[in-house]
Amino acid sequence: MIEAQNLVKRFRDKKRGEVCAVDRVSFRCRPGEIYGLLGANGAGKTTTLRMLATILTPSEGTAIVAGYDVKREPQKVRSCVGFLSTATALYGRLSAQEMVEYFGRLHGLDEPTLRRRIDTIFERLEMNDFRNRRCDKLSTGMKQKVSIARTLVHDPSVMIFDEPTVGLDVMAARAIVGFIRECREHGKTVIFSTHVMSEVEKLCDHIGIIHGGRLLAEGTLAELRLRFGKQDLEDIFIEVVEP
Amino acid sequence: MSLRNIGIVYRKELVDSLRDRRTLISMVAVPLLLMPLLTIGMGVLSAKLVGQAMEEVPEVMILGGEDSPKLRAELERMENVRIVPAKSDYAEEISSKQIRAAVEIPEGFDTKLASGAPMTVKIYMYEGELKSGFGANRLQKFFRDLRDRAIRERLEARQLPESLVRPFDIEQQNVAPAEKVGGAVLGGLVPYFVILLCLTGAMYPAMDLTAGEKERGTIETILCSPVSRTHLVLGKFLMVLTASVATAVLSISSMAVSFGVGKKMLLGMANGAADAALQITMTGKAVISVFFMVLPLAVLFSAALLAIALFAKSFKEAQSYISPLMIVVVLPAVAALLPGVELNTTLALVPVLNTSLVSKEIITGTYHWKYIALIFASSCIYAAAAIAIAVKLFQREDVLFRS
Repeated sequence: MIEAQNLVKRFRDKKRGEVCAVDRVSFRCRPGEIYGLLGANGAGKTTTLRMLATILTPSEGTAIVAGYDVKREPQKVRSCVGFLSTATALYGRLSAQEMVEYFGRLHGLDEPTLRRRIDTIFERLEMNDFRNRRCDKLSTGMKQKVSIARTLVHDPSVMIFDEPTVGLDVMAARAIVGFIRECREHGKTVIFSTHVMSEVEKLCDHIGIIHGGRLLAEGTLAELRLRFGKQDLEDIFIEVVEP
Repeated sequence: MSLRNIGIVYRKELVDSLRDRRTLISMVAVPLLLMPLLTIGMGVLSAKLVGQAMEEVPEVMILGGEDSPKLRAELERMENVRIVPAKSDYAEEISSKQIRAAVEIPEGFDTKLASGAPMTVKIYMYEGELKSGFGANRLQKFFRDLRDRAIRERLEARQLPESLVRPFDIEQQNVAPAEKVGGAVLGGLVPYFVILLCLTGAMYPAMDLTAGEKERGTIETILCSPVSRTHLVLGKFLMVLTASVATAVLSISSMAVSFGVGKKMLLGMANGAADAALQITMTGKAVISVFFMVLPLAVLFSAALLAIALFAKSFKEAQSYISPLMIVVVLPAVAALLPGVELNTTLALVPVLNTSLVSKEIITGTYHWKYIALIFASSCIYAAAAIAIAVKLFQREDVLFRS
């Protein structure tokens, strides 16, 4: 479960002074559900998700993730969260297996459990062929799989995806979309941000449209269509951000 | 404080760094290659150059002395100099290294020497120039021998003992043990190298583990793991410290081995130039003590470099921040090499300079316990402060996500 409560994030910028990147954002995402955060570049998606993953601390408000407060218990939150974005790169000089092992150990898994988890994940994601190959020698698709394995190693109940398909080719992007769906099927709480309308239409149970740091509209796809009297999500999005 | 997590981060960083060619070069290759090159290479080269200079028969000019055929004949019989025709621009020729020295014979030298009239022989040379020095020395020895001979003959003629003009002899003898003599030569240099290598060894890993992570995009990956930022920075710090200490240990070991080898090689060459080098001995106790003193400095460097490099957005930016730091460290380290700079309570509080000075003393076998305690304590405080700053910076979002 994710419950964002009036999340605010302000940054100090040399040129612009104080900037409010996220402004009182509240939403709820339940287990077995995919919540899509839809917004243009600079809308505040990444900042919101980084706050949920406790990489950034909210300036005001808070969020409860997997039962823990992001402000008070950030480490506990991180131990229940799998965070994947195109910015979360791999350690090039470690092998695929070492990379996943490293994160498994940091999540406190004991060695037998870690071995078991790694064997299961590598088998499921068909990674055994390159498990000992260095990450900097892997193809984009293989790297993506290692990143997925890294987010899954501790079996998190909450998955956060920040524009996970940006820069990927069709096949790699499809694999990610399939993986997100699988997470929902396994009863995980899933939130993901994107500016690709088709991904939202395909995947999301709930959609939040974010613009200028504020959550301007929220609901299921059917609810949004009904409210704005439009079928196409792109038209709805434009209507919301440029009324 | 979870030592387990710090250990996990440290192990990963160690494996990661040992697979990085650039870290290996700065940590292993440089000390292992640089030290033999510096000690053996420079030693052999300078011994060779000095040897060559000594072997050369210097060309010298005799100015005047036409009225003293006896002296001129003796001078011309000298085998270790070559007499060239006199010219009025002898000074210019010496300065431009065309000839090595010149000697001006006073008018009527032979007659005056026989009569006992006072006179002055002037030798012209290029001060500080090795070969000119050798030329002038040979001329000086010739005239000193000639003077001694004249004195002896005069005393014999008057049937007087030689002790009349030489009532006593003066003998200068070294009483300092070999380690002190060696220390005086190498005392400042060894700590200077160790300190410098502690810094250079830590530089690359510090940049790679911070700015490098930002550049490669792995900083966000590690920040979303449950490891606390304090544990993360401490794990990284330990890795940088390992690199720093490893570089210093390898350098010293390599220096000791190459020094042993170099000593034998110089012994083989056996000429005066090797004498100074052969005096040098350093005890194991002194080396260990220097390490002990340098350790807090390595901690200070590692933490400071980590903090500075973390501030940078990219590897390149980190390099531009860190390069000036070299000067900040080199200056006090060099200051300790200057003659007359000695330990006092104020200098004992100046980081780098204090360690450099006390290490110099330790190598000469002098242990000022009061200063050692003060320096070790102050270095530990600076090191702790640097670690605290590095930990603090790792908590700051504006530093971690500076764009």
